Amino acid sequence: MTQADDSMQAGTAADGTVPAIELKGISKAFGPVQANKDISIRVMPGTIHGIIGENGAGKSTLMSILYGFYKADAGEIWINGKQVQIPDSQAAIAAGIGMVFQHFKLVENFTVLENVVLGAEDSALLMPSLSRARRELKQLAEEYELNVEPDAKIEDIGVGMQQRVEILKALYRGADILILDEPTGVLTPAEADHLFRILEGLKAQGKTIILITHKLREIMDITDTVSVMRRGEMTATVKTAETNPTELAELMVGRKVLLQVEKDVAKPGARVLEVKDLHVTDDKGVERVKGVSFDVRAGEIVGIAGVAGNGQSELLEVLGGYEKARGTILVNGEPIDLTGAKSDGRSRRRRGIAHVPEDRQREGLIMDFAAWENVAFGYHDDPKYNRGILTDNAAIRADTEAKMKRFDVRPPNPALPAKSFSGGNQQKIVVAREIERNPDLLLVGQPTRGVDIGAIEFIHQQIVALRDEGKAVLLVSVELDEIMSLSDRIVVMFDGRIMGERLPSETDARELGLLMAGITDTDRPHDAAEVEAQLARAGGSAAKEV
Amino acid sequence: MDLLTILQILDSTIRLATPLLLACLAGLFSERAGIFDIGLEGKMLAAAFLSGAIAFVTGSVWLGLLAGIAGSLALSGIHGLASITFRGNQLISGVAINFLASGLTVVVAQSWFGQGGRTPQLAGAARFEPIIWPGALTNIREMQQAGPLQQIYSELISGHTIVVYIALLIVPLTWWVLFRTRFGLRLRAVGENPAAVDTAGISVVGLRYAAVGICGVLTGIAGAYLATALQAGFTREMTAGRGYIALAALIFAKWRPWYALMATMLFGFLQALALRPDIIERTLSFRVQVQLLDALPYILTVIILAGFVGKAIPPRAGGEPYVKER
Repeated sequence: MTQADDSMQAGTAADGTVPAIELKGISKAFGPVQANKDISIRVMPGTIHGIIGENGAGKSTLMSILYGFYKADAGEIWINGKQVQIPDSQAAIAAGIGMVFQHFKLVENFTVLENVVLGAEDSALLMPSLSRARRELKQLAEEYELNVEPDAKIEDIGVGMQQRVEILKALYRGADILILDEPTGVLTPAEADHLFRILEGLKAQGKTIILITHKLREIMDITDTVSVMRRGEMTATVKTAETNPTELAELMVGRKVLLQVEKDVAKPGARVLEVKDLHVTDDKGVERVKGVSFDVRAGEIVGIAGVAGNGQSELLEVLGGYEKARGTILVNGEPIDLTGAKSDGRSRRRRGIAHVPEDRQREGLIMDFAAWENVAFGYHDDPKYNRGILTDNAAIRADTEAKMKRFDVRPPNPALPAKSFSGGNQQKIVVAREIERNPDLLLVGQPTRGVDIGAIEFIHQQIVALRDEGKAVLLVSVELDEIMSLSDRIVVMFDGRIMGERLPSETDARELGLLMAGITDTDRPHDAAEVEAQLARAGGSAAKEV
Repeated sequence: MDLLTILQILDSTIRLATPLLLACLAGLFSERAGIFDIGLEGKMLAAAFLSGAIAFVTGSVWLGLLAGIAGSLALSGIHGLASITFRGNQLISGVAINFLASGLTVVVAQSWFGQGGRTPQLAGAARFEPIIWPGALTNIREMQQAGPLQQIYSELISGHTIVVYIALLIVPLTWWVLFRTRFGLRLRAVGENPAAVDTAGISVVGLRYAAVGICGVLTGIAGAYLATALQAGFTREMTAGRGYIALAALIFAKWRPWYALMATMLFGFLQALALRPDIIERTLSFRVQVQLLDALPYILTVIILAGFVGKAIPPRAGGEPYVKER
């Protein structure tokens, strides 16, 4: 790899420019956990600087220190060549720093305009501030493709536009340095492209941008320089043009990682799952799944793509046995009960269905319970786990430990509560529990959400191995990359309906992105604004869900 | 039923709605900022006692009012400390305040005045007197002979205490502050999403204390009105659930000032009806139990709290202490 040249370590760059941001020896500990260890970084003005690292590597902590959310234990912050103290967000804003958080900090029932002026009002009366903001937003919209509807309420607009409001908030406060934390996590591919065009425009105007992400593709696409963090330390800062994804992944994880899932061509067998005209209505009487039909065969992985909140979750919940539905579902040719009367998670498991739920912390695990207790959940009536009317805790512990070892859960200690494991290891516990039951059909929801690259690789390998044993796998994920690399067939859902079915070899992210926005005439060229308008129209509820 | 009778009921409505309105607006400020305040009842009671006691001792209703406000503010401070600074449970803090006020007022009143937990009767400058507007009639005979406009002017518009007029003026003022000022924008924001306020560089704690403080002042006026205007002195439990009724009215009003005026007027009207069973009997031509009439505002409260009057969306961050997170 190419270490950044020596000038990166010196006081100023080779051409004498002063860095927009320079952090020197930043350290921060939360109790015994050292989140940031002696971090130094220099971000040059007018560049897009990526910070990449696994979950828990300390990226967000570092940026929170820069934005005044946390106070560093040690270290200095220099902005444009001057040392500054940033005790709170106010000071960060005054220093010209703006931040777009992963979870937006917007007031849902305020208008766009009110959100923009909040905290940056000119006077005690609102009217003058609001009219000035209206003028400035118009100007910013023209300058940077940051078009928003100033009088729309936040709860009525899509996530893409909400994110633009966050960017506008920062610009309105005069930010020269913009930090974006995992900005594309909630966006469709078209919206992400739009965002990147905005960022390019900002860069062209001399703004400095820090992009925090764990997606290698984004780093390669848009950044000028990239810093890699691992376990609280800054392991490298390199020019993006002089590196490649494989090298970056290795720097992040500390070992070689396979970025592509290696799998042979699927050999689909008999139909294991048949879904016919399925309708699901939620508690509020809103129809979330509107007549969906598809099937999954033995020995194949079917991926369901879609922006979160378009009915995929409800579909998984029905299949997993904890939501009522109308329609027909056949498993191995036999219908399963959808009325909720005779169906629950346990009856589904008896039929050979295993389920890795979308939200492991709420549905997959009980965070305060030990790993071995979590592994027994759902399978607690297994004769192996019982002795008479008592559970055989020793047997469960031993079985859990064996599973943890096979799935490389670290540390492999069954007595630890679920909450003490990292996200990736928690997910491995859930996946181990479900896959080791050797199901006919595996339902997997967001298998790698909040999971680091090393664990993603492992979980993907396990899913493919199950497929190769001739089992059926239904994968639901909002990560398009994951759907495309793992699936043998892709079904796209939008607004509770199936928009189309594609083979991964015969489609691309653009086409899938359009389908995910509910646009089926994918041959025609579409611009981002149109896609977004469509999303806002029909998927407004979807956007809010995220 | 003649116009004058209707006007008399409406006149009572305004008098009885005033403490509800003040308490309701107090709750509005607090809850709009995300601090639920079930302790309105206790604060009103404490203010009623202190204002009655100090007005009696000093002979000045204004000093009494100030004492009432001070007492209510002190309890607000406790609520703020518990729920903002120490991030405690707002309901528990509020309930504690209610118990504290309910017990302390009676005990202290007994110890100071020895009249069985009440203050002595207030008279003269120790009470708020009705303000008679120029040209308004006060003699009931003259009024009966006057024209409808003069009747409305004399009976309904003239003849209230200063607190009634102030309370009515606070309605548009509250609306203006909430929706037309920087402070109002921030106050509403902190009740909806304190993280947005925090990241905008504004103090969440400061805003919430300000809101709780305003709540304390308004509740103090409401309590003082009970003891020094509506009645002539403090009696035990004289708030009679008005704090809870104000909360129900607040929900009914969907946390909006003008709706709050209408909601509290409705409750005031029901209370006014209970004072005149004779009119009801004449209108309906059968006798309605007085107890049933007395219970009407409380029955309406239960109906509102059970959610029978449409969906009311409370401020989204209401009841939740703000903890900074990544």
